[in-house]
Amino acid sequence: MFKILDKRELCEKVHQFRIVAPRLVQKAKAGQFVILRKDEAGERVPMSIGGLDKKNGILTVVIQEVGKTSAAMNRMKAGDYFADVVGPLGLPSHIEKFGHCICIGGGVGIPPIYPIAQALKDAGNSVTTIIGARSTNLLTFDEELRSASDRLLISTDDGSYGTHGFVTTVLQKLITDGEKIDMVICVGPVPMMKAVVNTTREPKIKTFVSLNPVMVDGTGMCGACRVTVGGRTRFACVDGPDFDGHQVDFDEMTKRMKMYVRYEKIAYEGFLEDDCRLGKQVKAMNETSGSKK
Amino acid sequence: MTEEKKGNPLEKKERMKIPRQKMPEQEPEIRVKNFKEVPHGLTPELAIREAERCLACPKPPCIKGCPVEVDIPEFIRMVAEGDFVAAAKKIKETNALPAICGRVCPQEEQCEKFCILTKKYNSVGVGNLERFVADFEREQGEIEIPKLPPSTGKKVAVVGSGPAGLTVAADLAQMGHKVTVFEALHKPGGVLIYGIPEFRLPKAIVKSEVEYLQKLGVEIHTSYVVGKLDTVDELFEMGFDAVFIGTGAGLPNFMKIEGENLNGVYSANEFLTRSNLMAAYDFPHHDTPIFVGENVAVLGGGNTAMDSVRTSLRLGAKNAYIVYRRSRTEMPARLEEVHHAEQEGVQFMFLTNPLRYIGDEDGWVKAMECVKMELGEPDSSGRRRPVEIPGSNFVLPVDTVVVAVGNSSNPLIPQTTPGLKTNKWGNIEVNEATMITSRPGVFAGGDIVTGGATVILAAGAGKVAARAIHKYVMGIPFDEPKPVERKAATK
Ligand SMILES: Cc1cc2nc3c(=O)[nH]c(=O)nc-3n(C[C@H](O)[C@H](O)[C@H](O)COP(=O)(O)OP(=O)(O)OC[C@H]3O[C@@H](n4cnc5c(N)ncnc54)[C@H](O)[C@@H]3O)c2cc1C
Ligand SMILES: Cc1cc2nc3c(=O)[nH]c(=O)nc-3n(C[C@H](O)[C@H](O)[C@H](O)COP(=O)(O)OP(=O)(O)OC[C@H]3O[C@@H](n4cnc5c(N)ncnc54)[C@H](O)[C@@H]3O)c2cc1C
Ligand code: SF4
Ligand code: SF4
Ligand code: FES
Repeated sequence: MFKILDKRELCEKVHQFRIVAPRLVQKAKAGQFVILRKDEAGERVPMSIGGLDKKNGILTVVIQEVGKTSAAMNRMKAGDYFADVVGPLGLPSHIEKFGHCICIGGGVGIPPIYPIAQALKDAGNSVTTIIGARSTNLLTFDEELRSASDRLLISTDDGSYGTHGFVTTVLQKLITDGEKIDMVICVGPVPMMKAVVNTTREPKIKTFVSLNPVMVDGTGMCGACRVTVGGRTRFACVDGPDFDGHQVDFDEMTKRMKMYVRYEKIAYEGFLEDDCRLGKQVKAMNETSGSKK
Repeated sequence: MTEEKKGNPLEKKERMKIPRQKMPEQEPEIRVKNFKEVPHGLTPELAIREAERCLACPKPPCIKGCPVEVDIPEFIRMVAEGDFVAAAKKIKETNALPAICGRVCPQEEQCEKFCILTKKYNSVGVGNLERFVADFEREQGEIEIPKLPPSTGKKVAVVGSGPAGLTVAADLAQMGHKVTVFEALHKPGGVLIYGIPEFRLPKAIVKSEVEYLQKLGVEIHTSYVVGKLDTVDELFEMGFDAVFIGTGAGLPNFMKIEGENLNGVYSANEFLTRSNLMAAYDFPHHDTPIFVGENVAVLGGGNTAMDSVRTSLRLGAKNAYIVYRRSRTEMPARLEEVHHAEQEGVQFMFLTNPLRYIGDEDGWVKAMECVKMELGEPDSSGRRRPVEIPGSNFVLPVDTVVVAVGNSSNPLIPQTTPGLKTNKWGNIEVNEATMITSRPGVFAGGDIVTGGATVILAAGAGKVAARAIHKYVMGIPFDEPKPVERKAATK
C-alpha cells in the first residue's frame, strides 16, 4: 500500500500526486516509469516518473484522465492508498555529455521531462526545454522546468502564451537559426513525438522518444508493449521506454494503442454514470440531512 | 466389500478386475460457458475403490517415474484404509504441493506411465488420488502447522514465487530460517496464478498454499522486481545470508513472421495473464479488457496452447483452432488437457504452420496464411522434424491469434548480478546436486535453470536447493552428494 501524501489539480482532468515510496524513489532514475494499481480489481497502468524527491522518499506522478482507471485515480484524495506502485521500471534515459540538449515535453509528457532535463544538466549539458500545450491553462510545471533548464521555451496551440504553434514550430526555428543541437529528447503524445522526429530527421539530429504503448506487467513477460524499432520488435517496458525516434514505427504503434478503444469506452462511460449517480446520491443525502459530510 | 478391506487386502486378481475409476466432471457444453474447475474430484468411495487397484508392488516402478519420488504405494495404501490425512502427510514428505501436482503433473509421462498396470489395464490413478487426499486435508481444515524449530537467526531471500520459490520457502521456514519472498507481480504463485487457468487449477488452492507459507512465518513482498528495486547484491547488503532465484521462464517467444504485431495477435502469456491474473473475463467488473473474436487460432501444442484455446472458447470464440506444426503424437500437452479440449469443441489443425498474418487497414489481423507440413528426419530432440509441403498454402480467416510457442528466460537477474553464469539460452547454470550457481550464496532452480519444464520439476529443484541452502547458511560442509537421478521433463 502506498500513501498519497498530497494531490493537486494542475489543470482540468490532470492531477499531480505525491506518493510515499522511499525504496523506489531511492533507486529510480530519470526516464523510468512505474505501474500503479488503484485497488484489487484495478488495472495496472503505467505512469512516467514526474519527479523524485530523494531526500524525503516521495514520488511524483501526473495523471491525465483519459478513461476509467485514470478517472478513478484522479478521484483519490490525499491520505488514500494505491494498492501497488511497482518500479522503477524500464531503462533510465540515456544521460551523458552531449553538449546542447533540447528536452521537449507535451501534455502529461511535461512533468517527466523535468527529471530528464535535470539529469542532463547535472551531466554538464546546456539544456533548452520546449514545452507545449493547447492553451495556457494546460501548461504545468514551468517553474520546476525553468530551474532545470538554461532556457525554457513555450508554445501554445492557440497562441495564448509563448509562441503560437506547436513545439515543432519552436524547434524548427532553432534549427533554421542555425543553433548547434547535439541531442533532442521528447516525451509527449504520439503525434507530437512523430512530428518532432520528422523535424530532426533531415538535419540528422539524434532524437530519443519515450514510448507509451499499452502495457500489462511491465517486466517483459507478456509482450503487450511490443513496438517496431529499426525493423525489429522490441518490448517497450524492458528495452525502452526511450528509443531512437528515427527508427520507430509510429503508425504501427498508433494502431496498437487503439486495440481496446471499444472496451475502454464501455468502462469509462459506465464509470462516469456511476460517478454521476453517486454524486447525485451524496448531494441528495447532504441536502436531506443538512450535514456537510 | 468395503468391510473386508481393512487389514484384509483383496486378492491381486480381484484388484486387477476393478476398472479405473472415472473422475466426475462438468459436461463439456456447460463448462465451456464458465471458468469453474472441470473435474469435480473423486468422492471418498471412488478414491478408496481406485486405491484398491494398486498392487503394492515390492519394487514399485511408479516411484521411479515421479521426479520427487513420492512414496506412491504407501500413500495409496493409506487411502485404501480410509486414512486420507495420513496419506496427504505421506506425500508431503517429498512433494510440498500435492493439490497442485495432482492436477497438473503430466502423470501419463511420469508416475502413471511406469505403473505395472499400464500395459494391460489402465494405470492406477495416482494423480487423481493425490489430488483427492490433498483436497480432503484442505477442506477438512486439518492442515496443521508443524512445530517450528527454534530460529537459526539466518535470513534467506527467495526471488520469484512460482512452485520453485514456494517450495524453497516452505522447506527453509520449517528448518527455522527467516524467509522473505520477493515477487514481481502483485499476486504470488508464478505461472500457477498468471498462466494456468481457473478451470484447471482453482486459484483458491494456490492461495491456500501461500497462506500456509505465511503461517510458517514466511514474509511475502509482492510488486517487488528484484534487479530493478534491489539487485541480488543489494539483498546480501540488506542482511540476507543466501538468495534463491526462482524467476521462471517468463519471456514469450514469437515466430518473427510478417504481421505479428497486428492487433488481435497475443502472446499466450499476455492472453492468459489478462484472463487469469487480471480477471479480464470479469470485465467490466475488473478493469482489464481482453479481445476474443469469433475465429481464434492458437499456435503450439503444449499445455500453454491448450490453456489458451480453452480460455478463448470460454470467452466466446465460435471457432477455436489449435495450429500445430507436428502431428498429434508429438504434442507435449498433458493427455487429459488435449482430451478436454477436444470434448469442448476445439478444432485441431495438425501439420500446419503459419507463414504470415494478413491485416486490415486499421491494423487488425483478419487472416493467417498457413502451409501444410509433413514429418521428415528426426531432429536433435528425437522428434521428426516437420517440413513444408510446397504449394500447400492456404488462408485461414482469424480475428484473434495466440502465439504459444514457448518461453525463454527473463534476462533481468543475470544482467544485474555480476558473475552469475548463464548458458547460451540465458538459463542460470547450477550444480544439479545443490542448485548452487557460480556466485557463492546464490542458488537457483525451476524454469530459470531448465527452461520451460513442469511444476513438479520446479518444486523438486526447490527441495534440493532448500537442503543445500540450509547447509550453506549453517556452515555445514557439503559432503560429496550423489547426483540426483532425474527423469527428463516433458515440455
Ligand atoms: C511508459 C508509459 C508512461 C506513461 N506515463 C503517463 C503519465 O505520466 N501520465 C499519464 O496520464 N499517462 C501516462 N501514460 C498513459 C497511461 O498509462 C494511460 O493513459 C492509462 O493507462 C489509461 O488508462 P485508463 O483506464 O484511464 O484509460 P483507458 O480507457 O483504458 O485507455 C485510454 C487510452 O490509454 C491507453 N492505454 C490504455 N491502457 C493502457 C495501459 N495499460 N498502458 C498504457 N496505455 C494504456 C490506450 O491508448 C487507450 O486507448 C503512460 C504510458 C506508458 C506506457
Ligand atoms: C500456461 C501454462 C500452463 C502450464 N501447464 C503445466 C501443467 O499442466 N503441468 C506442469 O507440470 N507444468 C505446466 N506448466 C509449466 C510450469 O508452470 C512451470 O514449469 C513452473 O511454473 C515453473 O516454476 P518456477 O517456480 O520455476 O517459475 P514460475 O512459475 O514461472 O514463477 C516465477 C515467478 O518469478 C517471478 N519473477 C520473475 N522475475 C522476477 C524478478 N526479477 N523479481 C521478482 N520476481 C520475479 C515471476 O513473476 C513469477 O511469479 C505450464 C506453464 C504455462 C505457462
Ligand atoms: S508428484 Fe506428480 S509425478 Fe509424482 S506422484 Fe504425484 S502426480 Fe505423480
Ligand atoms: S506400479 Fe502401479 S500398481 Fe505398482 S505400486 Fe505403483 S501404482 Fe501401485
Ligand atoms: S508490458 Fe508486458 S512485456 Fe512489456
